[in-house]
Amino acid sequence: MKPEPVLAAVEVIDVCKSFPNVRALDHVSLRVEQGEFFALLGPNGAGKTTLISILAGLARADSGQARIMGFDTVAQARDARLSLGVVPQELVFDPFFTVREMLELQASYYGVRGAGAWIDEILHHLDLTDKANTNMRALSGGMKRRVLVGQALVHRPPVIVLDEPTAGVDVELRQNLWTFIKRLNREGHTIILTTHYLEEAEALCQRVAMLKGGRVVALDTTANLLRGASGITVEIAADAVPEAWRGRAAVQATGAFGFTLAGYGELEPLLAAFRESGIAIAEMKLGAADLEQAFLRLTSPTAATAEAA
Amino acid sequence: MSDAVDREDRAAPVAPPATRCGPAVVRAGHHSVWSLGPGFKALFRKECLRFSKVALQTIIAPVVSTLLYLLIFSHVLSSNVKVYDGRVGYAQFLVPGLVMMAVLQNAFANSSSSLIQSKMMRSIVFVLLPPISSFELFCAYVLSAMVRGVAVGLGVWLITLPFVGAAASVPEHPLWVLAFAVGGSAILGTLGLVAGIWSEKFDHLAVFQNFIIMPLTFLSGVFYSIHSLPPFWQALSYFNPFFYMIDGFRYGFFGLSDINPWRSVAVVAFFVIMLGAIALRMLATGYKLRQ
Repeated sequence: MKPEPVLAAVEVIDVCKSFPNVRALDHVSLRVEQGEFFALLGPNGAGKTTLISILAGLARADSGQARIMGFDTVAQARDARLSLGVVPQELVFDPFFTVREMLELQASYYGVRGAGAWIDEILHHLDLTDKANTNMRALSGGMKRRVLVGQALVHRPPVIVLDEPTAGVDVELRQNLWTFIKRLNREGHTIILTTHYLEEAEALCQRVAMLKGGRVVALDTTANLLRGASGITVEIAADAVPEAWRGRAAVQATGAFGFTLAGYGELEPLLAAFRESGIAIAEMKLGAADLEQAFLRLTSPTAATAEAA
Repeated sequence: MSDAVDREDRAAPVAPPATRCGPAVVRAGHHSVWSLGPGFKALFRKECLRFSKVALQTIIAPVVSTLLYLLIFSHVLSSNVKVYDGRVGYAQFLVPGLVMMAVLQNAFANSSSSLIQSKMMRSIVFVLLPPISSFELFCAYVLSAMVRGVAVGLGVWLITLPFVGAAASVPEHPLWVLAFAVGGSAILGTLGLVAGIWSEKFDHLAVFQNFIIMPLTFLSGVFYSIHSLPPFWQALSYFNPFFYMIDGFRYGFFGLSDINPWRSVAVVAFFVIMLGAIALRMLATGYKLRQ
């Protein structure tokens, strides 16, 4: 007996979208399975937010189809929207209401009744219980961001899209937020994440799609992408960089100089350059290949544009 | 709301998809294009809450400023202006005009300011993401604008009672008063919705307020009977839709009007339908709301 095909949480089929002078999405196709923790990565202007807008019904594709839990986002928009929760990238809020009022209103837009206990739970997990009756204007940026996460969850959608959810949220609260999101994922919610913190995508997501210039340049498991990201990273604390290596040095948050090398074979010439230039190395740290390298390799201007799996 | 929702509403029912795991998929169920679901109720409630939370600015302030019009104009003009051949005192004549002016201006202010604020602050996304149809959006914004307009109008009427006497302020034909208050506030609430959607910044909305709403209101016969105007201006007044709303509303108070009130009813009905169709079309296509 032939097994019944499993319905995709999100299915994007050959979607194109153009704005004046910009091709935002160029024949994008991807499928996110139910229960997945999926990352959508790409540089600014890659088309991530446009794709999310099409899924959310905030934008209409010029051609192609998008489905949420099998519901077409155009022809079955009401059902598709009931199945989706979106945390927008922009820090938006309604200044007339308190945190609890915002969550209650958002629940009632979706026809959810008796959401009080679930709202209390959301407030607890987002560390907002003591701010429940505070006006939105009085919250910090990080708190407003967490309210946006709460608003996306009030109707318990099977698919949750988080567009840069941790931007501006401090480290401790970011951990709380991820613990809560991971729990939702374990309970069966499909999570789609866009983030600039690539380590988050690396740690959380099973699969990754990388967009560049409106096209999918990579669509694979995180593990496979990491395997493809050969090379090492070197972080050197020094007063200067040898002239020959200046083009490849990136100043890190710590003030040290970061280098991405093709392999250990490049390490010796780098250290030799420091020695010959008479620049003393105060500290050195080696790192393994990470998603950031894969990201840079696939989204660099010289990268091939069709590596999609 | 885009016409996406409307198209879905007409689509044949589809069997709920099988899920492998996780939260149950909830279906919206059958939803006619013209039905009002929980999204409408929630948005209507939110819009009423929005203006009631700042009632000092949205209700009390316009009541007080309209009272000032009554005090100043009635003091300055009552001995010089005769209306309806002297059958109605000037202050008494002024009250229905001022009440209707308050109804119209505040109905416009409510829907237009709510839309432009939420567009400028991008919080409009909160009502664009949920499954709320274009008809539900339209009804919620317009009805809440009507509620505020009528609330301010009622406030103006009550506060003017001591100045003109309760007996002189009681409407002769309350149903006509109600009909024009409802029709007028619906027109301006809808116009506010159109203006709010069309405007991309507060400057654009100011164009509507200062170059359309304000002159048309002031030149509509709030402060005078158009029979006191020279023939040219009198003829021009017939092209001002606000004139019909004010004149019909005033007929409800005194049983007297500049023109047949049924003609005013026809004009009001025409504008309700025309502006309603424009606003619904804008919402259905997502004009300036969705990409």
